[in-house]
Amino acid sequence: MTDMRQLYQEVILDHNRKPRNFGAIRDANRHAEGHNPLCGDHIKLSMNVSDDKIETIAFEGHGCAICKASASMMTGAVKGKSMQDAEVLVEEFRGMATGTLDPDNVANHLGKLKVFAGVKDLPSRVKCAILPWHTLHAALNSEASISTEGQNDPVPDPVGDHA
Amino acid sequence: MKIETVVKEMNGARSSLDQTSIDKIRGDFPILGLQVSGKPLVYLDNAASSQMPQQVIDRIVRYQKEEHSNIHRAVHYLSELATSEFEAARVKVQHFLNAKESREIIFTRGTTEAINLVMHGYGRAFIGKGDEIILSGLEHHANIVPWQMLAEEKGAVIRVIPMNDAGELLVDKYEALFTAKTKFLALTHVSNALGTVNPVKAMVAFAHKHGVPVLLDGAQAAPHQVLDVQDLNCDFYAFSGHKMCGPTGIGVLYGKAHLLEKMQPYQGGGDMILSVTFEKTIYNVIPSKFEAGTPPIMAAIALGAAIDYLGRIGLDNIAAYEHELLDYATMRVAALPGVRIIGTAAKKAAVLSFEIKGVHPHDVGTILNSEGIAIRTGHHCAQPVMQRFCVPATARASFAFYNTKQEIDKLVDGIRKVQEMFS
Repeated sequence: MTDMRQLYQEVILDHNRKPRNFGAIRDANRHAEGHNPLCGDHIKLSMNVSDDKIETIAFEGHGCAICKASASMMTGAVKGKSMQDAEVLVEEFRGMATGTLDPDNVANHLGKLKVFAGVKDLPSRVKCAILPWHTLHAALNSEASISTEGQNDPVPDPVGDHA
Repeated sequence: MKIETVVKEMNGARSSLDQTSIDKIRGDFPILGLQVSGKPLVYLDNAASSQMPQQVIDRIVRYQKEEHSNIHRAVHYLSELATSEFEAARVKVQHFLNAKESREIIFTRGTTEAINLVMHGYGRAFIGKGDEIILSGLEHHANIVPWQMLAEEKGAVIRVIPMNDAGELLVDKYEALFTAKTKFLALTHVSNALGTVNPVKAMVAFAHKHGVPVLLDGAQAAPHQVLDVQDLNCDFYAFSGHKMCGPTGIGVLYGKAHLLEKMQPYQGGGDMILSVTFEKTIYNVIPSKFEAGTPPIMAAIALGAAIDYLGRIGLDNIAAYEHELLDYATMRVAALPGVRIIGTAAKKAAVLSFEIKGVHPHDVGTILNSEGIAIRTGHHCAQPVMQRFCVPATARASFAFYNTKQEIDKLVDGIRKVQEMFS
């Protein structure tokens, strides 16, 4: 069992208390909603992409500390990145959270996001950490204003991700 | 061990289970000896599923080792034995509910299937376009979604009984919902999310004045209080085995015989027929009409053993002791700054839903788990309840007769730890 202090590190608690890039972007050209029906976590992502680059990004919604901190740190990590680089981070984060990528032994771009490595030992919490990233993936791969909520969710169902 | 010898006499409303009785009872449940996260398990998720005593486990083993066969079929020894044990379980359920006849007891997979059976068997036959179905705002999804499916199919309308801030249904608003078009009331006996015990007897009586049949979802009531379907006068009553010390995969639908008889079968297959030709099939009589295919024989017999077990302790003793636990937990948790109890009805079962200011319930659940404490976090399959109280989820501790005040103390210590970590 993960030591709780390892999972709930100060950086995660801080992002939970004071989430960065929290809110909605008015003239966003990409939107996506991620919803976890099992636990009620709900993330709304809005961003502006131009010339293949994520210029601005913001999120709102409600969720647990893991989900909120993950969303907050994600927005910080991908702002200014190309869509392709952001997709690489999505894959690496997923891999770390589900335990298929060991961030200490395989080259990656996760940096500070490695604080979430502990969730891999808590199967019921993996989806909390991954939800914002699924939502980002949806926003990057959809036209503007497509919701990922419900049955039309174009990304893999976060609930089934780590059953 | 004979539990009845250690159960003290009832003394008014006071609990009749003393520490010695509880110690003995806890000894019946092997799983309560587990260590979780290196700490003794504190199991406070009984509203989701209860644990199984050795007596029921032994009954399962005996059935599988010495009695198993298919039922209602062959003439050989094992088939007759299994059939008679299965039917004996039905009679145990009949007595548990004080139903008039054992043929009013239908074995299902659980409460959910029981409700779906009524939706298909009664609802699809007798509820039509423009008809109204009354549900309450306290319902579990299992008592919402089937009726929505029916409403969509038939063009019927769902009406919802609202509740107050304590989580109690508003009786005057309930009564005002009835119209000439009201055709059915589906109501929970006890709320799984808040613990509210609804005044179902009076509500059933009112519905009957309007000629409206009533289904009660008893999933949260069955293991915690004495039941009497004749006294409640409900038309249908549904509950699950695994919430009352039995196994999963077994539940019960009680239905008044005259209603069951006029209902359509739910599933077709073996056992539910009297004769089959390609031209016409004659359905079996109740309860067989609703038990197509080989039923969960072992689970039904184990449910019978669970009823015996609960009966030896006494459901009134259980109810009194659990209320004592609830009162104690409510008092201790309410005293914690920054903690809000959600669901403060005057009549409650042993369910304590709460939120800790600034901490999401899932974080609460994860941190409590690291202390060996099992609670439920989430929407409890009752999203409309969550919406009513403007919370995405709650943390819920739910108690059984094998829990102790010491375990509640551990819960309170755990909540303090959560607050410390998030301070």
